Amino acid sequence: MSAFIETRGLKFAYEDADGVRHTALDGISLSFERGEFTAILGHNGSGKSTFAKLLNMILIPDEGEIYVDGKLVSSHEEPDEDTVFEVRRRVGMVHQNPDNQIVASVVEEDVAFGPENLGIPPEEIRARVDGALDAVGMRKYALSSPSHLSGGQKQRVAVAGIIAMLPECIIFDESTSMLDPSGRREVMDTILKLNRERGITIIHITHEMEEAALADRVVVFSEGRVCLDGKPGEIFSRAEELRAVSLDVPQSTALLYELRGLGVRQLPETPDAGACARHIRDELLRLGALPLHGGDANG
Amino acid sequence: MHDIALGQYFPGDSVMHRLDPRVKLVSLIAYITVIFVVNSAASFLLLAAFTFALLLLSRIPLSVYARGMKPILFIIIFTTVINLLMTTGGRQLFSFGFIHIYEKGVINAVLVSVRLCFLMLSSGLFLTYTTSPLSLTDGLESLLSPLSKLRVPVHEFSMMMTIALRFIPTLVEETDKVMNAQKARGADFSSGGLISRAKALLPVMIPLFVSAFRRADELAVAMECRCYRGGEGRTRMKVLRCGRVDVVFLAAFALSAAAVVSVNVFFPLFAFKL
Repeated sequence: MSAFIETRGLKFAYEDADGVRHTALDGISLSFERGEFTAILGHNGSGKSTFAKLLNMILIPDEGEIYVDGKLVSSHEEPDEDTVFEVRRRVGMVHQNPDNQIVASVVEEDVAFGPENLGIPPEEIRARVDGALDAVGMRKYALSSPSHLSGGQKQRVAVAGIIAMLPECIIFDESTSMLDPSGRREVMDTILKLNRERGITIIHITHEMEEAALADRVVVFSEGRVCLDGKPGEIFSRAEELRAVSLDVPQSTALLYELRGLGVRQLPETPDAGACARHIRDELLRLGALPLHGGDANG
Repeated sequence: MHDIALGQYFPGDSVMHRLDPRVKLVSLIAYITVIFVVNSAASFLLLAAFTFALLLLSRIPLSVYARGMKPILFIIIFTTVINLLMTTGGRQLFSFGFIHIYEKGVINAVLVSVRLCFLMLSSGLFLTYTTSPLSLTDGLESLLSPLSKLRVPVHEFSMMMTIALRFIPTLVEETDKVMNAQKARGADFSSGGLISRAKALLPVMIPLFVSAFRRADELAVAMECRCYRGGEGRTRMKVLRCGRVDVVFLAAFALSAAAVVSVNVFFPLFAFKL
């Protein structure tokens, strides 16, 4: 299987008002397989959002190349318009602020915006819009105004707007960071569903460990370089290295992966402190290490 | 959440609501032309009858239309007074001190008032009450699209309108937030004269503008990411179509307009002219 997106030695520097260059990316070489769900972690300023902007060709790298489906699409040269158009159709992007990516004042009109830009015939746009709204569970809000929706719902509308363009990969650029916990869960559920049911390649940029734990693979950025890359279990058990790049593994997550590493089975799928605690309590009860009547004792 | 009446769109599903916005725009222009062409009382009566039928057809309570007339009340009174006092011509009807009222002044005053009333009623009936701002924008874009051949940026204007409509509630909400934040820091927006109040608003306007620019920037990036590259090669999900209802309406409307104009020409009963 060849990589769907591949980057080789990407470098990028921002120039500030005084003409001083600040390196944002310092040689990123990564490849993303089709259908893979990758989470990119990193503290602020680690270059992870710049990386997303390069993938979507909003920025052009100073050095290095990007290949989509084996074809060179971006290097330091100015790309031609049709290539940019093609890449943006195949690689969709959901941004951080749900308010600033919705164009129309009716939900379904907004979802139609992408397909309209692609020049798709009206009947097919209709079908795609309905399908996309179904996929994110927002069909019954098709005729509402986005300003009446919650943050999580708005973000799902934004996701629908991307799905309607039938992309093969979707980049979520900190799309959950402005949402409340329930909105975050709504969006994460949608992401997982798209990945599992439609096989859409997902690149999810976040600084929430809990979200990264749901991915197939975690890539950690620091100072414009990839410092860790592997399965969530491997990454989270290296708490010291993560702390060195200002990322803190939540204790429940760390504990879960440590236990898994020690060969404890039947652990909960998601790193939830409560579920973990209950599991340990049950285990201790089974071993007779706790008195049986101590049902409400904390594990 | 704010519910702001944009224009004063009155959601509904009547014939007037379902008509193609282009048909409504064209009808309104024709209607206004008729108002300014005819000048006989008989024609105005006939027009009033047709208009009343349309008002009923729109299924919007008549009280809504009546309320819509309020803002022009002042203009009607003002122009009436000016016309009565300033216009000379015809017989003198009344004279007291410096006030001289002539026949022509009365006729002008009545004619202008009647026309203003019809104008207000019809714009509500055809556009503001029965057409959502979004479909109005679509209708305008479609009607003006021939102009894009002359390099008039029709699509761009309609896109601007769409985005402006979309962001009005967002910005209102944000204004509210900023004002509350400033109030929490002791700002006072409700006392003092006009000038000091305007000054107090400055710390609200600046953050609002800054954030509007930031939003515009992010929105532009998001639009580009969704493959937006101007009006060329773009299709629409909802294509405006003139259906049977539209054709029937246009035919009936044309006949009524012709009737009103011919009454004016052939039976100039009580024609308001000298």
